[in-house]
Amino acid sequence: MGAEHQITAGFMPLFDSAVLVAASQLGFAAREGINLTLHRETSWANIRDRIAIGHFHLAHMLGPMPLACNLGLTPLASETIVPFSLGLGGNCVTISNAVWAGMAAHGAEPDLDPALAGAALGGFIRERAAAGREPLRFAVVHPHSGHNYELRYWLAACGVDPDREIEIVIVPPPFMADALATGRIDGYCVGEPWNSAAVAAGTGHIVTVKAQIWRNSPEKVIGVRKSWADENPEALAALLRALHHSARWCQDPGNHTELAALMAQPAFLGLPPAVQMPILTGHLRLGGEAERDVDDFFLPFDKAANFPWKSHALWFYTQMVRWGHVAHTPENLAIARDCYRPDLYRAALKPLGVALPGANAKVEGALKVATAVGATGAGLVLGPDGFFDGQIFDPDEIDAYIAGQKSAREEV
Amino acid sequence: MVRSSLAVLVIDENRIRASIIEAGLREAGHERVTIIHDVTGIARRIAEIEPDVIVIDLENPNRDMLENMFQLSRAVKRPIAMFVDRSDQASIEAAVDAGVSAYVVDGLRQERVKPILDMAVSRFNAFSRMARELEEARSELEGRKVIDRAKGILMKSRGLSEEAAYTLLRKTAMNQNRKISEIAQSLVTAAGLLGPAEDE
Repeated sequence: MGAEHQITAGFMPLFDSAVLVAASQLGFAAREGINLTLHRETSWANIRDRIAIGHFHLAHMLGPMPLACNLGLTPLASETIVPFSLGLGGNCVTISNAVWAGMAAHGAEPDLDPALAGAALGGFIRERAAAGREPLRFAVVHPHSGHNYELRYWLAACGVDPDREIEIVIVPPPFMADALATGRIDGYCVGEPWNSAAVAAGTGHIVTVKAQIWRNSPEKVIGVRKSWADENPEALAALLRALHHSARWCQDPGNHTELAALMAQPAFLGLPPAVQMPILTGHLRLGGEAERDVDDFFLPFDKAANFPWKSHALWFYTQMVRWGHVAHTPENLAIARDCYRPDLYRAALKPLGVALPGANAKVEGALKVATAVGATGAGLVLGPDGFFDGQIFDPDEIDAYIAGQKSAREEV
Repeated sequence: MVRSSLAVLVIDENRIRASIIEAGLREAGHERVTIIHDVTGIARRIAEIEPDVIVIDLENPNRDMLENMFQLSRAVKRPIAMFVDRSDQASIEAAVDAGVSAYVVDGLRQERVKPILDMAVSRFNAFSRMARELEEARSELEGRKVIDRAKGILMKSRGLSEEAAYTLLRKTAMNQNRKISEIAQSLVTAAGLLGPAEDE
């Protein structure tokens, strides 16, 4: 019996490819009549290029990356849509021992509190500047990444100008811990297990996490070549159902040992199962003796983690504008608004009778506690989803949000 | 302008492949070829070399870093457009298939760059063909060793001449529609299981 649909997908060796990997390896795709072939890639640029020339139908992608493709910011791109998100949270900011010592002298505590850590880092940065020393150098994985935007958001909200007071460079995730240990960078923002790796090596401290900068914030997505999606709606819908079942399985704590063993295989992450556990349990070692449990550290399924909220795409767009990656024009805004496709997600999952949000966008940062929301099918709980600085992003007030961030930046 | 005045930078962690590309470029009359294997401190090197064209292998995990550097023109001091001409789909496909990518300085005309990319693509293909042939030669050599051992087992246990032992292996392989080296491997494995037929 042959599979009905042949689907080829690219992925990067990062833990948040787990939903895609499990779908391919544990039979979720096969059950939907899909032969899902995965190709491991070495750079996001390769993923983008191979989607553009049609080698891949879809891929594990950074959330803002399909926006960057459609907005013409990348050298080689095809129109890419996002019908599924691979999870919420999962990143940390890790710094060197020397920077940690400097921050501690300015009042930092090993508790992951973004406001306290940011204030201490700001104090240390200004102390260095006054002494005429070079600015600290931080690394992120890609310019159009959640990592870049959350690092910048965090620093800016703490009064540090990420363009003038520090330097931000690009380093591939597996090289981060080495670059930190050898002093080529002073800190970085990356997904797990590349933060715990530096802590385990004794060369880094985790100072804050994505889940505390913006709780339940978007991370990786499934980016799909639009022309393929248009021509193969049934294959795409079948894939979204397979990913839904896979994500539900990945979230279940009863499956975490098996999932960690799967991701540990050389074809996927090739790192021991033990290093996959912090992202699954949210129990982090921060450096030194400090440990912390982080609520909602990484969610592959719960809290509507797979729903491609247009408000997530639009928030990424506001940050692209904020940091000069793209101009704010009605045309660009329309492109950003059309990139994430909750309609495709909803159409594919409706037959399953599962909880589906009633809206395509939400006010981000408005839920102070976990809240049941209007949904078709079974009940759906969202939030809490606050930004650490108490800001709210209302996608209907996007001009005011962009203008507000500009003026805040100019005050720095 | 003279064609050979283009400065070409080749970034490839595989030294053998890089030198094959370099040789090809020099044969084609490009004198100003620089090769980098390790991307540490590359921003400074690029600023020194001021390349017109950069050729890089797709397996290099630092591609994202390089692209970002090119976009922040302060590192390279001038704007760079990439991947030859976006409209040239066939070139792009051939390049990605071969595992090579090229970054081209803005304003450089496509017809001057395309031969360089085409050359790199054919050298990449030649290299992977060579690597494949090497691998085949290696496994053939190993196959021959196994066949020799199987022949030895047959000669010892059945009292056959070397030629008769080989004929028996070949006949069995033909009857079972399998490779002679596979039959030999099964025999060696079986002999190992059945006890000290050979001194190991």
